[in-house]
Amino acid sequence: MSQATRSDVAGTTPGAPILKQIPSNNGKASVTRHVLKFEEPLARLENQIQELEALQAARQIDYSKELRQLRTNYTSLLRKIYDNLSAWETVQVARHQLRPQFKDYVEMICREFRELHGDRHYGDDLAIRCGLARLGGHKVMLIGHNKGKDTKEKVQCYFGLAHPEGYRKALRCMKLAEKFGLPVVTLIDTAGAYPGIGAEERGQAESIARNMMEMSRLKTPILTVVTGEGGSGGALGIGVADKVAMMEYAWYSVISPEGCSGILWKGAENAADAAEALKLTSKHLKQLGVIDAVISEPLGGAHRDPHTAAHNLETFVAKSLREFNSFLKRNSMDDLVERRYEKFRQMGETLKPKTNIAKAAG
Amino acid sequence: MSQDQGAGTKKEGIPEGLWMRCPECGDMLYRKVVEEALDVCPKCDYHFRISARKRIEQLVDPGSFEEMFDDIEPADPLKFVDKKAYKDRLAGEQKKTGNSDAVICGKGFIKGRPMMVAVMDPTFMMGSMGSVVGEKITQTIEAAAEEGLPLIIVSASGGARMQESTLSLMQMAKTSAALAKLDESGGLFISLLADPTTGGVTASFAMLGDFIIAEPKALIGFAGQRTIWNTIKVELPEGFQRSEFLQEHGFIDFVVHRKDLRNEIARLVDFCGKPESVR
Ligand SMILES: [Zn+2]
Repeated sequence: MSQATRSDVAGTTPGAPILKQIPSNNGKASVTRHVLKFEEPLARLENQIQELEALQAARQIDYSKELRQLRTNYTSLLRKIYDNLSAWETVQVARHQLRPQFKDYVEMICREFRELHGDRHYGDDLAIRCGLARLGGHKVMLIGHNKGKDTKEKVQCYFGLAHPEGYRKALRCMKLAEKFGLPVVTLIDTAGAYPGIGAEERGQAESIARNMMEMSRLKTPILTVVTGEGGSGGALGIGVADKVAMMEYAWYSVISPEGCSGILWKGAENAADAAEALKLTSKHLKQLGVIDAVISEPLGGAHRDPHTAAHNLETFVAKSLREFNSFLKRNSMDDLVERRYEKFRQMGETLKPKTNIAKAAG
Repeated sequence: MSQDQGAGTKKEGIPEGLWMRCPECGDMLYRKVVEEALDVCPKCDYHFRISARKRIEQLVDPGSFEEMFDDIEPADPLKFVDKKAYKDRLAGEQKKTGNSDAVICGKGFIKGRPMMVAVMDPTFMMGSMGSVVGEKITQTIEAAAEEGLPLIIVSASGGARMQESTLSLMQMAKTSAALAKLDESGGLFISLLADPTTGGVTASFAMLGDFIIAEPKALIGFAGQRTIWNTIKVELPEGFQRSEFLQEHGFIDFVVHRKDLRNEIARLVDFCGKPESVR
């Protein structure tokens, strides 16, 4: 019936992608996309609309009333599905093939971008990109994971799984930003740090630890947005910031749902249960106080309308950078760094209220 | 009296019963002899995993350890349930080990030199780091900075604790930030890595020591070997992610036998500790 084949986990299933046209929706340009399993009812509606449109054209019959009804149904179904996404479905949206990536955002929101390469020790890791950028009326050091689009680029970028040289390049660029008074903006989108022999030999753990330590005391404002996947230390390695936000359908967790399921449920089949238990959605993490803000995505996710997603991101970044500026007009850079320290100092929940906060501040 | 009784399995190298088999050389060993040798195999020098209490007993001058922050106890902020509820898991581990969570902190003397000590407990949920471990370690770091004492953290951990998810992850940032402050105050931090030190613990405070030392053949790394194998499908090199491998690749200062730990720590403190802690 439906021509749509599915990929349960978009982005990991090989094979020819099924690209199709979404019906024009309130005059908005249609986009092509892959079909996630839970979006199949939507795909079926799209098919009906397309068939009816074709019929209308072929037979010269006016189906505009029926089409209007179908399009209304489509929009309300889309809203219903996306208002009720499970944690596991959110993870799939975050991994969607057509979800905008670092390079897309650069193209859509940066007036200028001068990419900088290399960690000055070993190499250049294309899983993390760094560069001087003009963004939302500000000059910034922009840093982020890039996963790659086609097979060739994905392999070059290690699917966005960074090596130590990626983290060290990021730190080098942050130090440059500190020296020259540029705020740092990082965009996180990684399933995790690369698990490999070379990565371990060159100190994956050390590079992530060093970044967190240095970011905690970097004397320039830092803003972090988890745009897609926030996988564990590989994410946090560029994520210690004055302000941390997530795009609405991003996820952020100590471990991937599959990894967690493999360890705690002894098999990968319980990834959906693990995703739920890990409380990895933007909504949960805002409640837990791990993140400061959620950037809303267009109806049906960033992959349906990358430009609106990019616009929302740009607006948020511009607003946050203005806030940093006005904070620094009234306070010193040391105050900003101390506020950042206190932000992370508060993280965690134990049965005894923390007692050392006052002392730590003094 | 041993904290190890009934804790863990032979696979984890934790002694049980009167006789025990060395997982390295396979010899049957009389338990008492092993204990007298600081839980090291007298035949092959295999370093058994030991509980935090036992580590403190071995490391710190007798009777000098003053435990601190032990009233901080784990919550279950996410109401996490897998095959078992986290709160039941915690209760079981607490009963098994007699400790509230996977780290013991306090002040003690090593060869007469005062210092702040945090020791992770591999027998408590694999020494995993959740909010309690992160908080207690942070308070220990802060106390070291405040009192100008050297800091020793003994790591033995499977990494960040999944059951507290992102809150566990954030303990990596919290402890690393606290170490930046200690660093700025000129404080000395000696990171001792024991078997195993992996995941989010390696990727935070464990790798941030002014000096990083490790017991022989301890497993030290970021990614798990199974994860690596699943990703690259390539045979892992001999000795991969062991102490000696890390020393070879430039990530630890030296490998030290358990019987020499006290001497080596005292030496580092004598060279680099603040005046009040140096003789
Ligand atoms: Zn042996």
